[in-house]
Amino acid sequence: MADSLLGLRDATVRFDGRPVLDAVDLDVAEGEIVCVLGPSGSGKSTLLRAVAGLQPLDSGRVSLDGRDQERVPAHRRGVGLMFQDHQLFPQRDVGGNVAFGMRMHGFPRAEQDDRVRELLELVGLPGAARRGVASLSGGEQQRVALARALAPRPRLLMLDEPLGQLDRSLRERLVVELRELFGRLGTTVLAVTHDQGEAFALADRVVVMRDGRIAQSGTPLEVWQRPVDEFVARFLGFDNVVAATVTGQVADTPWGKVPVPEGSAQGPCALLVRPAGVRIVAAGEGLRCAVAARTFRGTHVAVQLSTEGAPRLEAACALREAPGLGDEIGVVFDAAEVVVLGR
Amino acid sequence: MSITTRTCTAVVVGLGLVTTLSACGSSGSGEGDGGSGGGSKTVTLVTHDSFVASEDVLKAFEKESGYEIKVLKDGDAGQAVNKAILTKDNPQGDVFFGVDNTLLSRALDNGLFQPYEAKDAELVLPEYRADQDKHRVTAVDTGDICVNYDKAYFEEHDLEPPVSFDDLAEPAYKDLLVTSNASTSSPGLGFLLGTAAEYGDEGWPGYWKKLKANGVKVVDGWEQAYNEEFSGSAGGKKAGGERPLVVSYASSPPAEAIFSDPQPKTAPTGVATGTCFRQVEYAGLLSNAKNAEGGKALLDFMSGKTFQDDMPMNMFVDPVREGAQLPEDYRKYNVEVDDPETMAPDAIAENRDEWVKAWTSLVLK
Amino acid sequence: MVLPVVFFALFFAHPVAAIVARGLNVDGSWRFGRIGEVLADSGVRHVLWFTVWQALASTALTLLVALPGAYVFARFAFRGKQVLRAVVTVPFVLPTVVAGTAFLALLGRGGLLDELWGVRLDTTVWAILLAHVFFNYAVVVRTVGGLWSQLDPRQEEAARMLGASRFAAWRKVTLPALAPAVAAAALMVFLFTFTSFGVVQILGGPGFATLEVEIYRQTSEIFDLATAAVLTLVQFAAVGAILAVHAGTVRRRETALRLVDASTTARRPRGAGQWALLAGVLATVALLIVLPLAVLVERSLDAPGFGYYKALTSDDGGIFLVAPIEAVGNSLRYALAATVIAVVIGGLAAAALARRDAGRLVRGFDALLMLPLGVSAVTVGFGFLIALDEPPLDLRNSWILVPLAQALVGVPFVVRTMLPVLRAVDTRLREAAAVLGASPWRVWREVDLPLVRRALLIAAGFAFAVSLGEFGATVFIARPDNPTLPVAVARLLGRPGDLNYGQAMALSTILMVVCAVALLVLERLRVPSRTGGTGGAPLDRSGEF
Repeated sequence: MADSLLGLRDATVRFDGRPVLDAVDLDVAEGEIVCVLGPSGSGKSTLLRAVAGLQPLDSGRVSLDGRDQERVPAHRRGVGLMFQDHQLFPQRDVGGNVAFGMRMHGFPRAEQDDRVRELLELVGLPGAARRGVASLSGGEQQRVALARALAPRPRLLMLDEPLGQLDRSLRERLVVELRELFGRLGTTVLAVTHDQGEAFALADRVVVMRDGRIAQSGTPLEVWQRPVDEFVARFLGFDNVVAATVTGQVADTPWGKVPVPEGSAQGPCALLVRPAGVRIVAAGEGLRCAVAARTFRGTHVAVQLSTEGAPRLEAACALREAPGLGDEIGVVFDAAEVVVLGR
Repeated sequence: MSITTRTCTAVVVGLGLVTTLSACGSSGSGEGDGGSGGGSKTVTLVTHDSFVASEDVLKAFEKESGYEIKVLKDGDAGQAVNKAILTKDNPQGDVFFGVDNTLLSRALDNGLFQPYEAKDAELVLPEYRADQDKHRVTAVDTGDICVNYDKAYFEEHDLEPPVSFDDLAEPAYKDLLVTSNASTSSPGLGFLLGTAAEYGDEGWPGYWKKLKANGVKVVDGWEQAYNEEFSGSAGGKKAGGERPLVVSYASSPPAEAIFSDPQPKTAPTGVATGTCFRQVEYAGLLSNAKNAEGGKALLDFMSGKTFQDDMPMNMFVDPVREGAQLPEDYRKYNVEVDDPETMAPDAIAENRDEWVKAWTSLVLK
Repeated sequence: MVLPVVFFALFFAHPVAAIVARGLNVDGSWRFGRIGEVLADSGVRHVLWFTVWQALASTALTLLVALPGAYVFARFAFRGKQVLRAVVTVPFVLPTVVAGTAFLALLGRGGLLDELWGVRLDTTVWAILLAHVFFNYAVVVRTVGGLWSQLDPRQEEAARMLGASRFAAWRKVTLPALAPAVAAAALMVFLFTFTSFGVVQILGGPGFATLEVEIYRQTSEIFDLATAAVLTLVQFAAVGAILAVHAGTVRRRETALRLVDASTTARRPRGAGQWALLAGVLATVALLIVLPLAVLVERSLDAPGFGYYKALTSDDGGIFLVAPIEAVGNSLRYALAATVIAVVIGGLAAAALARRDAGRLVRGFDALLMLPLGVSAVTVGFGFLIALDEPPLDLRNSWILVPLAQALVGVPFVVRTMLPVLRAVDTRLREAAAVLGASPWRVWREVDLPLVRRALLIAAGFAFAVSLGEFGATVFIARPDNPTLPVAVARLLGRPGDLNYGQAMALSTILMVVCAVALLVLERLRVPSRTGGTGGAPLDRSGEF
């Protein structure tokens, strides 16, 4: 792709012969926010390190603005990288940290000062330039790290688990702030995370990685709606996945016959039933189930249903409609919430 | 003050490598040309730390020969010889001075010198000449290693000082003698060789057994023996030395006297003239000398009258040249040693290591 | 990495190999048969036996005397602790010739023991053992005490809560955590005493010889290079083995321990028992370490109106071509040059060794760097003479030879001091800087240097003190017109006469004061600086060996 800012072709990295990045192809367009999502050990951090020039490729290539980066050392690539645990320089104050990259790039002194002030305001820490980094809270450190990475105006900003160590409410607030900020600045971002909520909230496009390979790539909605396989589905947090055989518009599963959308692939497959597609009806109708557990999820109740001779089913119920623990109920399936997965 | 260093060939170890040093260039330059530049006007003398010559005497040489002289003092006598041997393929100078008769064979066997007969060689007293068939070395000075005694002690105790080797084993002198290690110090070795010359290859171990039974004390270096244990020296008095007999040099009493303030009428120490072993120091032209011609000129000069007359007061040694004059001050305190023990360099070469080894296990273990 | 390797190849491996080869290779054929012959000699076997047993005995005695000291320094807070810690380290960097003399004043004729009880220990093995304790006390106190002070006392308290007696708690909790440090210290003491030279010579007399002493005699006096070469190889093998074991214990020591800030674990002693312990340790230090040093000072003042010190400035003595006081300047100049060399070489080596991707070969180099501590100075000195005789490396007449030889001894200390700190610097901090546009050189300047500056200063200080005190090699290659302090002291001691002796004491005192000041400055630097959480401030392990 000629117009992509970042291009990876066949990028491969091996540790002790074991591939950690395995022939990865990836493009990030100017201004795009791409989130790489994957469990730990899937190679997503290595991907960032390879782009940053901290990890040499065993084969394949990385190009920025169409230029091959093989012989370009990390400090000349002009990309920004925000580390998982921030890695602020302990012996410098906040301002010193933020100005570091600008100093390295020889920005004029006055511009450095202005930009430090400006960036600290942008990340919500106005006037913190003289504070020591040891005195900062986790969220503040994260903001300083972000300001530091943004300061030299990198053409590509990379974030490694940007919100990983923060508590939940802070994370949810920051993710929105970041999205807004990047949008306003037009920054091109490549982030990695293991948290799907974070990825979906932040990204224009989500890339799911598994064992060094890209398993699926698409908009958050696409990935959410149509996970390509059982791995992606389970990684996105769906547990209602069983082996099935599709014939026509019906799948044969341990839960009995389940309707599938029109045009689904035929034959043996893995089948995902989203909890919202599990409808609770009166006992005696549909599949007979017992309520094994109930978890209050704020907007809905997740109900664990046990059936004889089959894996548990998870259903999402509106607050008022949720059955009680131990209730005997019936279950029917909504074809619109059923996905036939590749195997 | 040169006498102390000069004499302590190997004391080194004792008080911690006392006199060792090396690699000095008198000009203080480090240009690394290894001394004399090829065919240059500089001649380099490699010697031990205790080499001293009067400034005007060295000037006289430079004027006479047209060469500039550079003196490289390279450690105590034993070390200077060893270093010279180690570097003989690429020597640091042209002439080496300071190998004595106890180490001469080591230098010759290792090919340290090339033949050259100095101009005045025939004026060297015959008893000091060595290597007469090849002329690789020229005798320069001589001195005697003898037992010294503390005059005050023997007067106080109304005792006759010992004269001979036999005397030292007498009960009257029990626990009075201190000497230094024959394997690491030059006076120690000289004293051992003296006893070997006196009693023969068979007899000396028996004599040393008697000495040991009579309480001889052995310390590692001459410095310790003379300055710490001996009651007659200025240093020993301060250190509370308890032994009135020490193995040192015949020239020690003059040095002891001349370096006192005010100078006494007679030296405070005496020499047991029957316990002496003669030491001779040689110089020679180094095998791969870069300025051989200059070296030859220097050797001629060292056996010449000017240098020979200058030596005694500088290094406390006797000249070897026929008719050389001893200075007045030196003669005033000096003791004539009439009949010192001597040993041919090849006899020393043949037996030295074996005797030292036997001596070590007999006396030290 | 290249520079340190070249440095060691050129100024250590090459000279040592050259001198060993000179001994064993005669006219082009190797005489390995000499090895068997030499080792079969009963005299040599006696030397080997003595070397081993005196080292073992010295190590045991040092541990016995110094472990209570380590505890006191680690756990008790008391006035003057820092000064005292510097004082006990002074002997370690003091040249043996000075310290040996000081010890003679304690144990020898007219010494304190002689005057009080008529006991003289010089020329007995006891003098050697006690002097070894004197020298190595600081090694144990620093290595063991350093770790001890960082062990969390609450762990021991927890064990006591669970019903363990005070002793059982110590044995079950503290001792296992401490064991690797004790082992490392013991091995270091063993190494230093195994290769002991000056102490054995000065205090032992001609009847005692360690391997190191015998190598010296064979090389410098008897000129039996073959025997010397064999003994050098034996010592090499032994020292190599000791270092290998030491490397193992150090690695184990670096395994996870819960360490806390040292300043939080010490408190004032409580109860009669603890006060008695403190008093006992202080008395030991006073008797064993302060007293010999004080005797030196006292003797240097034993002339009206600082007479000996005044005499140092006159150049009428024939011993030196210059006034003795100039030795101070020489020493400082040489030590400064040696420090620069040692810090550059050692720093580069430590930086290379600290890299996480350092291979086995590189790590092996770590042990190699320690070898100069175990090789006789005379071997190196003679090696210099025959190995560095060709232009452009004909350094035999060059002043740089002295700092080079001193740096050889300084480098191991620099590496030992820098390595743990460099290893503790988070690589990702360097990566963060690189991504922000810092070139490798700027990464070092902007990230590593600020974090290791303290360790660097400490390393430089140690290298400086060690260079200042280095004697064996210096005496061999220093020029007579440029003596260093220890060389000047030794030469003054070698002269008869009151004034010479007094000047020797005065110079020794000056040397001691310079060393002590350097160490005190280092002590100040050792106070942990709180650098905050993110960087993971490296726990202070510097100055341990």
